[in-house]
Amino acid sequence: MTTTSPETQRRKTSLFGWLHRHPRVKLGALLIAPTGWFGIVYFGSLALLFSYAFWSLDPQTGEVVKQFTLANFERILTQPVYGAIVFRTVGVAAIVTVVDALIAFPIAYYMARVASPRRRALLFMSILLPLWASYLVKIYAWRVILAPNGLFDWGFKQFGFDQFGDIFGVSDLSMTVVFIYIWLPYMILPIYAGLERIPTSYLEASADLGAKGGPTFRRIVLPLAMPALVAGSIFTFSLTLGDYIIPALVSNTQFIGNVVYESQGVAGDIPFAAAFALVPVGIMAIYLLVARHFGAFDEL
Amino acid sequence: MSRILLRVATGLTLGFLYLPLVVIGLYAFNAQRVQIWPIQEYSLKWFGEAFASTSVRDAFVLSVTVGLEATLLALLLGSLVSLAVHRFRFFGRGVLSLALVLPIALPGIITGMALNASFHNFGVPFGTLTIVVGHATFCVVVVYNNVIARLRRSSHSIEEASMDLGADTWQTFRHVTFPVLRTAIIAAALLAFALSFDEVIVTTFTAGTQETIPIWILNHLRLPNQRPIVNVVALGLILLSVIPVYFAQRLSSDTTGAAVVNR
Repeated sequence: MTTTSPETQRRKTSLFGWLHRHPRVKLGALLIAPTGWFGIVYFGSLALLFSYAFWSLDPQTGEVVKQFTLANFERILTQPVYGAIVFRTVGVAAIVTVVDALIAFPIAYYMARVASPRRRALLFMSILLPLWASYLVKIYAWRVILAPNGLFDWGFKQFGFDQFGDIFGVSDLSMTVVFIYIWLPYMILPIYAGLERIPTSYLEASADLGAKGGPTFRRIVLPLAMPALVAGSIFTFSLTLGDYIIPALVSNTQFIGNVVYESQGVAGDIPFAAAFALVPVGIMAIYLLVARHFGAFDEL
Repeated sequence: MSRILLRVATGLTLGFLYLPLVVIGLYAFNAQRVQIWPIQEYSLKWFGEAFASTSVRDAFVLSVTVGLEATLLALLLGSLVSLAVHRFRFFGRGVLSLALVLPIALPGIITGMALNASFHNFGVPFGTLTIVVGHATFCVVVVYNNVIARLRRSSHSIEEASMDLGADTWQTFRHVTFPVLRTAIIAAALLAFALSFDEVIVTTFTAGTQETIPIWILNHLRLPNQRPIVNVVALGLILLSVIPVYFAQRLSSDTTGAAVVNR
């Protein structure tokens, strides 16, 4: 307990009393710092990123020319290499999303509908910890596991498959495996939450009406879990679209993220990097519109 | 039958989730410089080398500094927003809570690139300050989620009772509201620190030439003779990103899940 003189105590009391009688001022005091931060620093930066996308780089001086131009977008649309990169990124994001949904569903179902409450809490924690465990270290660990003479190579050699190191190692296949691994918990948790919310009476009613496990799953569980599945897919899809560390560490191919990173870093072309960074934003905007159609936002 | 299959699938999935963590943990004790499986000989010698490395120590100090500063900023901003959103109805309330989620809902390159363009445009030199600004921006939502969840579950009537008994706004906050929020705030601080300590994507756009621990790993993992030290630092980073989450979950079990799913 700190000792305050009666004088400061009285002044403090009168200030807070005054605030209590003027709730709008109190609200303003609460909001000024956070809205300043998000309104000015964050949204200001996003707005600036958007403007940069319509500016250009003077090839002679390397300075940014702040004049409206569509040159960056023209370059993205007309040079086939960028189209191929976008197409590849979206393709891998789609594969990762589908595979993650397939792996996540059984464990989420077990947690939500089969496991005892004690075991459920334990499983929840068991998924939480690898989710939070360092993102970069997990990728690095997979690089080590998939490398020639690594754990996978050794494991396959035990069964006589000697060419394994050539298939994995640094490759698109390895990259896909690592993407599937990294975003898997982000799919498990929403599906688990969605399945847990299905009332048991629905399943009992379905059984009472003569439906076996299969039809109940197809016609009751799956439709009710759909919004949760789509919610999970927002994470896996969006996070894959924007990632550049995984392609850089376990594959040799270019992703949207790598182009953005290298344009601003190596090439110093911030206008082009900004324009290319808007590509995943546009794709996600379309994806979110479709997801809203499935009611996925109620699950977030 | 189907229950057995579910159990098997659950076990396999858990094995998949833990495999890389276990493998890197073992390699940290690998006596050899080359990384061949199975590990021939175990040793603690690389831990000494990692502790002795000045670049690792500098990166560690920077990561802790950034983590603490970003956490403090996030605690302040996140608590203020959650009190405002919980207590008041005001214009733009929905937009504000959406704005908080955006830095982690959008891919990291967007936030990173936006801040990078901003710093570049206004001539802000890249350094510790720019890293902290980036980290605080995406840590606010973790604090907001934790604190608002606690506020929603706690009853407003105890505050009214406090006021009725003659306490003023400050005394009510100090003796009633804050004690209710305390564990949620501590849990939020642990999560925000863990999030900041581990972040790499936004940091690569805001750090300039500075090295946080994840950036240090990123810069050294391709150098064969540095690998044993990278393994030790990697094990340390796993522990430092997981231990705070474990305690946060114990302190505030109902909110960590939400914070994570929104991560």
